[in-house]
Amino acid sequence: MITLIINDKQIEVEEGTKILEAAQRSGIKIPTLCSHKALSPYGACRLCLVEITKGNQTWTASSCTYPAEEGLVIKTHSQRVIKARRILLELLLTRYPDSIEIQKLAKEMGITKLRLKPKDMSCILCGLCVRMCNERMGISAMGFINRGANRMVSPPFGKQSDICHLCGACVSICPTKRITIEDVSGAKRKPIPIPSKFDEELGSRSPIHIFYPQGVPSWPVIDHNSCVHLLKGKCGICEVVCQAKAIDYEQEEKKMDIDVGAVILAPGYDKFEPKIMGEYGYSQYQNVITSLQFERILSASGPYGGHLHRLSDDHEPKKIAWIQCVGSRDMNKGNSYCSSVCCTYAVKEAIIAKEHSAGGLDATIFFMDMRTFGKGFEEYYNRAKDEYGVRFVRSRVAQIKEVEETKNLILRYEDDKENKIKEEEFDMVVLSVGMIPKKGTKELAGRLGIELNEYGFCQTDEFAPVAARKEGIYVAGVFESPKDIPETVMQASGAAARVGGLLASARGTLITKKEYPPEIDVVGQEPRIGVFICHCGINIAGVVDVPSVVEYVKTLPDVIHAENKLYTCSSDTQQTIMERIKEHKLNRVVVAACTPRTHEPLFRNTIRQAGLNPYLFEMANIRDQCSWVHINEPEKATKKAKDLVRMAIAKARLLEPLYPNTIKVNQSALVIGGGLAGMQSALDLSAQGFQVHLVEKETELGGNLRKIQYLLGGGYPKQLLEGLIENVAQSKKINLYLNTFVSKVDGSLGNFTSTLNSGIEIEHGIIIVATGADEYTPTEYLYGRNERVVTQLELEEQLVNPKSKIENRKSVVMIQCIGSREPDRPYCSRICCSEAIKNALKLKEINPKHEVYVLYRDVRTYGFKEEYYRQAREAGVIFIRYKEDEKPEVCTQENGLIVKVKDLLLGQELLIDADLVVLSAGMVANPGNKDLAQLLKVPVNQNGFFLEAHIKLKPIDFATDGIYMAGLAHCPKDVSESISQASGAAGRAATVLSKDELEIEAALSFVVDANCDGCAYCVDPCPYQAITLVEYEKDGVIKKTVKVDEAKCKGCGVCMATCPKKGIYVRHFKPEMLSAMVEAALQPVV
Amino acid sequence: MSNEFEPLILAFCCNWCSYTGADLAGVSRLQYPANIRIIRVMCSGMVHPNLVVDALTKGADGVLICGCHIGDCHYLEGNKKAESRADAINLMLEDFGIEPERFRLEWISASEGPKFAKVMQEMTETIKQLGQSPFRKL
Repeated sequence: MITLIINDKQIEVEEGTKILEAAQRSGIKIPTLCSHKALSPYGACRLCLVEITKGNQTWTASSCTYPAEEGLVIKTHSQRVIKARRILLELLLTRYPDSIEIQKLAKEMGITKLRLKPKDMSCILCGLCVRMCNERMGISAMGFINRGANRMVSPPFGKQSDICHLCGACVSICPTKRITIEDVSGAKRKPIPIPSKFDEELGSRSPIHIFYPQGVPSWPVIDHNSCVHLLKGKCGICEVVCQAKAIDYEQEEKKMDIDVGAVILAPGYDKFEPKIMGEYGYSQYQNVITSLQFERILSASGPYGGHLHRLSDDHEPKKIAWIQCVGSRDMNKGNSYCSSVCCTYAVKEAIIAKEHSAGGLDATIFFMDMRTFGKGFEEYYNRAKDEYGVRFVRSRVAQIKEVEETKNLILRYEDDKENKIKEEEFDMVVLSVGMIPKKGTKELAGRLGIELNEYGFCQTDEFAPVAARKEGIYVAGVFESPKDIPETVMQASGAAARVGGLLASARGTLITKKEYPPEIDVVGQEPRIGVFICHCGINIAGVVDVPSVVEYVKTLPDVIHAENKLYTCSSDTQQTIMERIKEHKLNRVVVAACTPRTHEPLFRNTIRQAGLNPYLFEMANIRDQCSWVHINEPEKATKKAKDLVRMAIAKARLLEPLYPNTIKVNQSALVIGGGLAGMQSALDLSAQGFQVHLVEKETELGGNLRKIQYLLGGGYPKQLLEGLIENVAQSKKINLYLNTFVSKVDGSLGNFTSTLNSGIEIEHGIIIVATGADEYTPTEYLYGRNERVVTQLELEEQLVNPKSKIENRKSVVMIQCIGSREPDRPYCSRICCSEAIKNALKLKEINPKHEVYVLYRDVRTYGFKEEYYRQAREAGVIFIRYKEDEKPEVCTQENGLIVKVKDLLLGQELLIDADLVVLSAGMVANPGNKDLAQLLKVPVNQNGFFLEAHIKLKPIDFATDGIYMAGLAHCPKDVSESISQASGAAGRAATVLSKDELEIEAALSFVVDANCDGCAYCVDPCPYQAITLVEYEKDGVIKKTVKVDEAKCKGCGVCMATCPKKGIYVRHFKPEMLSAMVEAALQPVV
Repeated sequence: MSNEFEPLILAFCCNWCSYTGADLAGVSRLQYPANIRIIRVMCSGMVHPNLVVDALTKGADGVLICGCHIGDCHYLEGNKKAESRADAINLMLEDFGIEPERFRLEWISASEGPKFAKVMQEMTETIKQLGQSPFRKL
């Protein structure tokens, strides 16, 4: 090691280190334009010159090329150096007055005017590009030519050379931005950027990249197919610049053997590739993009920051068309099934695009049937039409042509209103592409020995929608069939429950518990704070003057120790923090680094290992919220960093040790409702070893399942029903209460007590609500007044009843959307279209000569059900669309009925003689839901169905912990979907029931009894009903106060902000802690 | 540094949306003025009106409360509570003779890094135009 002195500071470096590097390492900044860590020093710009003294000799030299020697005394900013540097900068600025980089340096040095006439030479001959190309890329496609004043950078013989790979390394390193990729590539060649897969190829990425900024873990990966080092053994720049020494080129894919008891397959899907739809011009016309590309355009973190953007000219589009069913419902070029999600996502994209549009947007969706069948989706569709003015055109676009000059697009389609071919111009077209099986699915299926269906998705059975046809293998998500997020989440939880049942006996056997040393008691001690400030390589230290922050922090009261670390998150720093806690008897720790969202758990664990309570820790975010957002303002950033650390210290002084509470869990369940969903949940819970109380208000189990005679896919519900009832009866874990309802519920997560109407009291840890729904009883179309008008369920019964003489009904007319999609009940009942087709096919099966008509508004046979729609058409079922404001009419006539409907295709009224009119009555919520909702203190939506915690991400959970829903109580759905959700509810419940006790967050509300006068202001605002008003006797008088149920409280602090008397607060966010931070922020930096 | 007035602005950011949005602004290297000091709270509904009024009467030049968009609150509707309290805060500020522009409520989601930077930029400009808080002692 060599010791030298730079600016009066003694510095130790390895032999061979250059002076510039030695200075940079100890935080001393020297301006330079021609040096780069990964390239050999060159001494071209001379800006880095320093004054060197050895013995009694003093001279100046460029520090980037001068090796450190023992005993050298260096001055980086002496008068002589500054004077020389100013002259150099002035000359550089004269040579290239437009360079922002040089202007910035000149401004810093106080150079405001030039004494010589400026020349625009552009290139400052720093040689970075030449060294980069030669040393790192190993190509030498450019070099210096000529001498003296004529010296310049040039490719061989001054011509574009084929040896140049157009990698762009020279462009990226040029400090004056003199070289552009166009210069290098010339007219003939074009660089090929590496497309960013995450941005749907709208943007590019580097070979080493982070997949996307919010990804977890957000670690960079090296792309083996484009990394110059891995391909050619060159470059290696990332290894040199990474101060954490985290780059490992040797890493390889590893094959591992893992012993498992079950497998869940969730490989996802690929999007349909619209290139084969030649008529839409995708990949040929720039302004025709896919819906996923449009998602990236709309995203705030996408390539255009969420601004509407047209690819051909970077302008904001004013008129966008969406084309539905691209690759779906298309036997010729795509897939025959429906992708289930595209209608709703197109509606969403149109709405958001309108919201993002600065100058107003005309949004049009071209569709065949609008399939917004999911919960809440029909209402969303209505809002798009009525509130946002999105235009919906029922037409399959035949062709798109590009207007050459404007790159606008002309769509050719048949207008559904006027029944004629029209052409209309749009700025941009979004193709709503469907879902296809993930690449490699076939191979995966082959390896695992599971079956795929005709479309290449996993084959499951109607009654076992989360199981592949091989024991121990379960499935979730689009791998099973195209589906939206809520259905995916339900199925995923369902698969987890089934695995839980299979592996119940092994639960918990592989867990090792982490041991911590006994905790140091800090109560009553004066604060002794240790502060660790992170450089994060150059991420923080490149902007913030970290050593000065350390020095400043040392002056603050109660700070016993402060130090800076290159990486505070590294394992050796964790060791240091633990040692410092012991050495200085620290009782609070502050780390100033990145964000607590990612790193607080790590540091809390570290101080816990040193015997401190994990809550005695606070973080100051001086990277994400300081150095990264003030890159060009180092002084201001340094001041802000000092403020942020001071604020964190102010809070740290007041921190108190906290202990997560535990609640004992009663490991049994209450399932309300004994239909399909209730029984399935109960059986899945019992399979996992939990006791279940199953309560059914009727005298027998089965609910709606009893009324279903057969399924579209051919399954027999009766068989399923009998099996379920048998299994429930056989299970020793299920206590069945028939003819019973719940009359009272007390308690919360882990410990509920419910009373049944029979007087029986049950204790249980969770609740599953599976109360079902009812078929709507129509008031329309003579129903109840004419025996020839029946509902689908009644028809179904007739179809299997030999006495019904259904074969005599030669003409049957079905009318869809009875009681659904109406102002009173705006939702879609989801299953009626498939039910109608199921029964229509059955009628045709009984006698192909039967005439069957289906009068519909949109045919919503989503997913693989589309196939039955096709079969029905093939079998001669006649589908006639009617408009919601021109409804069919049904009248009696001699020997039957007559149905009047306007055929929109022919534009004329049809009269159909009908022997039977079948009403596809929708589903209505169980009227008992409202009372039950009050008992459980959970919400129902405006249609009377139970309201989930999050419509997309938490479709099984209520917002109240420990209560879940399944089946029709949530919203209309078919048998398979009910089974998925019921298993899912059992899976969610198992996350609670599998534990003897639950650890709950320590930072929850706490009542300061002395301050609380029982005004109860906080009781109603609490979103979790966790606060109750109580009275007790104190000194002979009744005192009112509030009580917090910690099992319900989530620590949101609404109570704290409501309380006028400081009678309730959230631990770890006490009012005095927040006030201390405010006051610290307002203190001046001394 | 120049002697231009540099406002001191406090931003109470909810942990789940706005604080994360502020982090995303950082990850995306979006630049905004260095006048903002963020205080992390679990929910915008946790911020007591007194805290805001105290900050402004003790010399903060501006205060922001940033939460999740309505409907996205991690705690169901803490942000709605914050919204109704904002009215109370404005009334209190009127009593103290503090300009209403010194307090601002904003919904910024976890993916809205650009919006975070934009709001901070705007707030800083607004406060610069208003000038230093009459309560500021520095």
